[in-house]
Amino acid sequence: MSLTETIQSKYKELNAIAGNGLLGSVRAKAIEVFNTSGIPTSRNEEWKYTRLAPITNKNFELNIAAALPSKETLDSIRLHADAAAELFFVNGVFVKELSKINSESLVVLNLHEAAESEYKNYVQLHLNQSSKYNKDGMNALNAAFVANGLFVVVKKNKVVENPVFVYHLTDTTSDNHFVQPRSLMVVEENAQVQVAELYKNNGSQESFTNEVFEIAVRENARLEYYKVQDEDENCHHVGTTHIQQVGKCFTHCVTVTLNGGTVRNNINMILEAPNNEGHLYGLYMVKGNTHVDNHSIVDNIQPNCFSNEFYKGIIDGRATGVFNGKIFVRQDAQKTNAYQSNKNVLMSDTATVNTKPQLEIFADDVKCSHGCTVGRLDDEALFYLRARGIGEKKAKALLLHAFAADILEQVKPAALRSYLENKIDERLNIDE
Amino acid sequence: MSEMITTLEETALSDYKYGFVTEIEKDEAPFGLSEDIIRFISAKKNEPEWMLEWRLKAFRYWQTIEHKEPSWANISYPKIDYQAIKYYSAPKQKAKPKSLDEVDPELRKTFEKLGISLSEQKRLSGVAVDAVIDSVSIATTFQKQLAEQGIIFCSITEAIKNHPELVKKYLGSVVPMTDNFFAALNSSVFTDGSFCYIPKGVRCPMELSTYFRINAENTGQFERTLIIADEGAYVSYLEGCTAPMRDENQLHAAVVELIALDNAEIKYSTVQNWYPGDKEGRGGIYNFVTKRGICGANAKISWTQVETGSAITWKYPSVILKGDNSIGEFYSVAVTNNFQQADTGTKMMHVGKNTRSRIVSKGISAGKSQNSYRGLVQVGKNAHNARNFSQCDSLLLGDKCGAHTFPYIETKNSTAIVEHEATTSKIGEDQIFYCNQRGIDTETAVALIINGFAKEVMNQLPMEFAVEAQKLLAISLEGSVG
Repeated sequence: MSLTETIQSKYKELNAIAGNGLLGSVRAKAIEVFNTSGIPTSRNEEWKYTRLAPITNKNFELNIAAALPSKETLDSIRLHADAAAELFFVNGVFVKELSKINSESLVVLNLHEAAESEYKNYVQLHLNQSSKYNKDGMNALNAAFVANGLFVVVKKNKVVENPVFVYHLTDTTSDNHFVQPRSLMVVEENAQVQVAELYKNNGSQESFTNEVFEIAVRENARLEYYKVQDEDENCHHVGTTHIQQVGKCFTHCVTVTLNGGTVRNNINMILEAPNNEGHLYGLYMVKGNTHVDNHSIVDNIQPNCFSNEFYKGIIDGRATGVFNGKIFVRQDAQKTNAYQSNKNVLMSDTATVNTKPQLEIFADDVKCSHGCTVGRLDDEALFYLRARGIGEKKAKALLLHAFAADILEQVKPAALRSYLENKIDERLNIDE
Repeated sequence: MSEMITTLEETALSDYKYGFVTEIEKDEAPFGLSEDIIRFISAKKNEPEWMLEWRLKAFRYWQTIEHKEPSWANISYPKIDYQAIKYYSAPKQKAKPKSLDEVDPELRKTFEKLGISLSEQKRLSGVAVDAVIDSVSIATTFQKQLAEQGIIFCSITEAIKNHPELVKKYLGSVVPMTDNFFAALNSSVFTDGSFCYIPKGVRCPMELSTYFRINAENTGQFERTLIIADEGAYVSYLEGCTAPMRDENQLHAAVVELIALDNAEIKYSTVQNWYPGDKEGRGGIYNFVTKRGICGANAKISWTQVETGSAITWKYPSVILKGDNSIGEFYSVAVTNNFQQADTGTKMMHVGKNTRSRIVSKGISAGKSQNSYRGLVQVGKNAHNARNFSQCDSLLLGDKCGAHTFPYIETKNSTAIVEHEATTSKIGEDQIFYCNQRGIDTETAVALIINGFAKEVMNQLPMEFAVEAQKLLAISLEGSVG
């Protein structure tokens, strides 16, 4: 059975179990969009550099209920750090039973429970807002299966001390798996939280993740969001993180991609209120046949907002790095300051970088800039190190480490940062 | 500042001084586009059989894509009815005039009004001009003097007749007929344009120039320019254009091909001042142009453009850096006011080793206009040590206009260094204040700042054009510029 056939039959199966209600109507609308637009092809300008056809032509299993993995498997992917909550997705389905919530300030529900609860209002307001910006089939496809997702509320006036970790485990020991995690998070007034998403698969078959994570940040709240991708080359990923800054607030996001098959990250930051501040950082450090595509949208709708975007890439082997950053400044968004920068280092002649920093500005009293560079390591810097008795390989590693450090230092939770630093040192082989 | 914006809004694009119509007898094709029309054009121009075949081939290809008019550009306009256009219109002349004195006095007056001298005695500017009105070239000056050095400068119609071997070899070699929608359309119906060949090692002693004028109603102008600089040659070429003021839109779809063989250099400058439409956005020229050049080893192609006219500009002068050590440059100032829309930029394709390119684009938007920069820098697998620097700055005057930047950068070589930077801002209040403080009033200060903003590009223009371009800039933004 092809992927499209699987999708249609599973959709019917899910709808029969999950019934109608609020989520039912979201699903019904979304499947219609998916049926008309289908899986995006490279003819779609937004997908010009990323081809999904070679993946979606294969057969995939699609689970709508979770199988429970063993405790050992779970332990192997955990970071073993102090956490406000450890939340688990298994094969794209949120499993509340496995998850641990250690903080009083958090409300964690299954998405379909939330749609019937006192938080119904939030679901109505914020669920599927990303479809306004990502009008393609992939986003619709995720929405068409929205049911067993994650719903988190960070309560008003609470500061969550430790990070919230969201783990995605995909079991590919026997079959190819197509998984679609869906999350909605609301950070209430004056609250503060750190969220980190990590992904792992435990098999040799292929997995294809199509994720949507939506976050609404309310007045005076503060959000830090981290996404770490370090899967094998048989794991493909299309993910959308949609951050809606509802009130005057602060957000800080970092996306780190170290490994994977075809990886596409959409990140949208919508500055809906005046005086918002948002930061987007990203590091992609890839080799082999990995293809990583970072698409970002920063939409300045109201006046006096500040946004900053900084992405860095190190591309080696036969890998491809894509960066597409869009900044919109709407007519009312006077006094906006919006900055964007993308820097790439190409390490081999078979590596490719495609970058497109894009500005669309409709207001006059603004300061916007973007810049991007593609180059190699500075010969003089290499010479400087080698003149001091450092071998070529190590000198290169040191320079690359310094290049990546700009982004790494934006990772605030200590446990996550040391985890990433180890990974990168390992990759650069810096201790030799 | 607000004062400046109000004056800007109050003042319409005051007077487009080239908006007059010349009453001349015309020889026209009927409305519509078909194989018969193409045969008609070809017959009118007494073209050889191979040329007609070439046109028909292009037309047959165009028919297959007729419904696929490109829509990716950041512009919007009502659908063009390609059957409601006359594809050929020529001022009636008994025969091609043998000397300039035989040119219809009415036509000569037209060009005098435009400030173009067709009389060789007045060697005011020392520029050789090919004057094209609607579909045909009416006069080319200084042909004799140029011929002494072996330089061929004539209309493309004459070139097809007199130098078929060169035309056959190079026409369509840089912009193939299947390149895009408008290139295919142009290839099938192009009527006239300039042809220029500089022989080996010759440095062209004067600026060559073509002046395009749309005069007739309901016509489209489809010109084709082909410039070949043989090994070690040098030429500087200028292009200017105007059209009458009319309420309906007129189509202009040109193709320009530049070929710079090894060690040659071509400098191509454009001051584009087609009628931009009135302040309500009525009328104006739709300008869909394909311009591309190819560089041999050590060759250099430099595009400079000042775009102030046209209701819609769709134009991407490009360079294919095929030869090793070749250089491509693109300097552009695009000004949009009222309801004008511009989507312009360049493509630099690095193929050879040690190739270099430089892009400087300055966009100024005012009124309710939209101004986009769209550029592609492509570094191929074997383009070792390729180097690119791009800068595109936008200036916004008023809060109803838009500035957009779409830079595409594709790199496949690790030794390449590609840099891109862009900024968008308005004129700083502190800058105005600084000038005010020193006794310079706001109007003059704005003019000063805009001139400074565009200077990097203006400096690239040949003397003859720089003055005209600076005046144009002032007129296009009248009210904000003294």
